[in-house]
Amino acid sequence: MARAIHWERNEDPVGIWEHRGKVVLAGAGHSKNTDRRWDGVSMDRTLGAYVIEAARAAMDDAGISPEDVDGIVTSAGGQPAHMSLGSQWGPLRPFFDAPYDSEDGLTYVTAEWIQKQMNLPNVQYTNSHGETVWNLIGLAAQVVGDSRCEVCLVPYPNGNIEGRYHQNPSLEARGGAQWSNPWGWGLSGQGFVFDQYARKYGTNHERMAPFVVQEHANGLLWPYSYYAQHEPGPFTTEDYLNGRWIARDLSIFDCDRPVQAGACYIVTTAERAKDMKQQPVYILDHTESAFTPRSLVQTLDDTESWTDIQAKRSYAGSGLRPEDIDVFAPYDGFAVFTQYFLEAFGWRGVKRGEAHDFYADDITLKGPNPINSGGGNMGTGRMRTVFITDPMEQLQGRAGDRQVDIKAEVAVTIGVLPSNAAALAFSTSPD
Amino acid sequence: MPRPIPVPDAISKPFWDACNERRLIIQVCTMCDRRQFPPEAECRECGWQFHLDWMETSGRGTIVGFSITYDSRIMAWQEEQPFNNAVVALEEDPEINFFSNLPGIPVGEVPVGATVEVDFISVSDDQLIPEWKVVE
Ligand SMILES: [Zn+2]
Repeated sequence: MARAIHWERNEDPVGIWEHRGKVVLAGAGHSKNTDRRWDGVSMDRTLGAYVIEAARAAMDDAGISPEDVDGIVTSAGGQPAHMSLGSQWGPLRPFFDAPYDSEDGLTYVTAEWIQKQMNLPNVQYTNSHGETVWNLIGLAAQVVGDSRCEVCLVPYPNGNIEGRYHQNPSLEARGGAQWSNPWGWGLSGQGFVFDQYARKYGTNHERMAPFVVQEHANGLLWPYSYYAQHEPGPFTTEDYLNGRWIARDLSIFDCDRPVQAGACYIVTTAERAKDMKQQPVYILDHTESAFTPRSLVQTLDDTESWTDIQAKRSYAGSGLRPEDIDVFAPYDGFAVFTQYFLEAFGWRGVKRGEAHDFYADDITLKGPNPINSGGGNMGTGRMRTVFITDPMEQLQGRAGDRQVDIKAEVAVTIGVLPSNAAALAFSTSPD
Repeated sequence: MPRPIPVPDAISKPFWDACNERRLIIQVCTMCDRRQFPPEAECRECGWQFHLDWMETSGRGTIVGFSITYDSRIMAWQEEQPFNNAVVALEEDPEINFFSNLPGIPVGEVPVGATVEVDFISVSDDQLIPEWKVVE
């Protein structure tokens, strides 16, 4: 169990990470296709099949063989507790022949399932409780640093099946829902915080456009982006401004599109990576945070104080200063999250309330402030993995058309929610 | 419109019973002098359950912001779209919030900053829930 090993660095002062620069990202792989959803028929396009495809690609990327792998750390479903990013297949629908005779392999993929299907003979350590991708890489980095395993396969599945996402037909509001569903409260939580932000700082939703448009443009340059594969046309300011409302001021184009894809990373020691194929990306730090609102709802004040705590913790853990960060990848699913993270980390000197001014300036890939050079979820779909893969490739100088013109030696990525986040710091150098 | 009806549990039952008497109550920890809503099994400050009590509120508050829902995941609400989702901060402790659809206020014309007063509306034959109306 992830929590049972006390891997999180979430109590201040965290201090510099004891394994700073001694653990690396040595490889990355993605399933070739990013689909809108699994069709329920194609057994070569299941979430399990995509994770295996991604794991093989990651191993090829690092130049390792199945015998080298001695650990598997995953989140099984992309969320806490094996939960899927989308829905469950069962119990209303019948399962299939093995290995698809349960949810495992269809809507989540455990380490044990992967080990068995990929026939990895030397795996000594498995853990399927990595939660979202930032926490997952943090967990993997910690277990490798702690010598629980040395060459760790770190798959991250992103599943979506047929049907509309998270529709709730119930007329009974039980548990936490008794405080929200009678008033139809839901994504309005995001709209509400944005409303408070816009009032406090005198800005508005239209000023989000340059950011989301730029993310779409960046995403089209990433081969695994859902949009690059299925909707390669340009996304314009007009498109953004015409987006239908979900919960004001959150439009459809501030929401990430659920997709079906798999990704995988190789996390290992700096020592071991010397024999591998790619230039290693050194992990300087991981830190985590989780918060609960005082009352019913997360307010802007909560959002700002929580992200401030996480940012300070991240800087304390890595020893970096804002001006040290070249590549910065703050999560965007929902798009409004990015401004809260950006202002907390103070990247490029951005202070509270200044994110939309920053977006209005030059945030292009070849300019001085290429935020989310991978395109984020808005530009790639609800995969989240571009927040690891792009910083990694930028630091390795192999981001292709997405390669930024600025120096790319240090990267910081953060997600998933202001209320529940992990930050990772990467570098081209172990120091 | 049929809407989701709260199902009281052991912790929340006093709150929902009070609503049926048109009283808005919240938890208070008598040791920490800390108000708490929604109700929980223990005080989040001291961690104890023994000092938790219920107290009447003023039933007054301020609208601190809002959203407008156009595409709810709660299917019962979909026929009402778009609708107001306001957040009310309680007068005596603005960190305590309540939700409101502000019945009677046109969609999008939410007077942020306005004073509101609790009202109760019926969501089933035997359950009232708190709603809020703007004080003129
Ligand atoms: Zn207390």
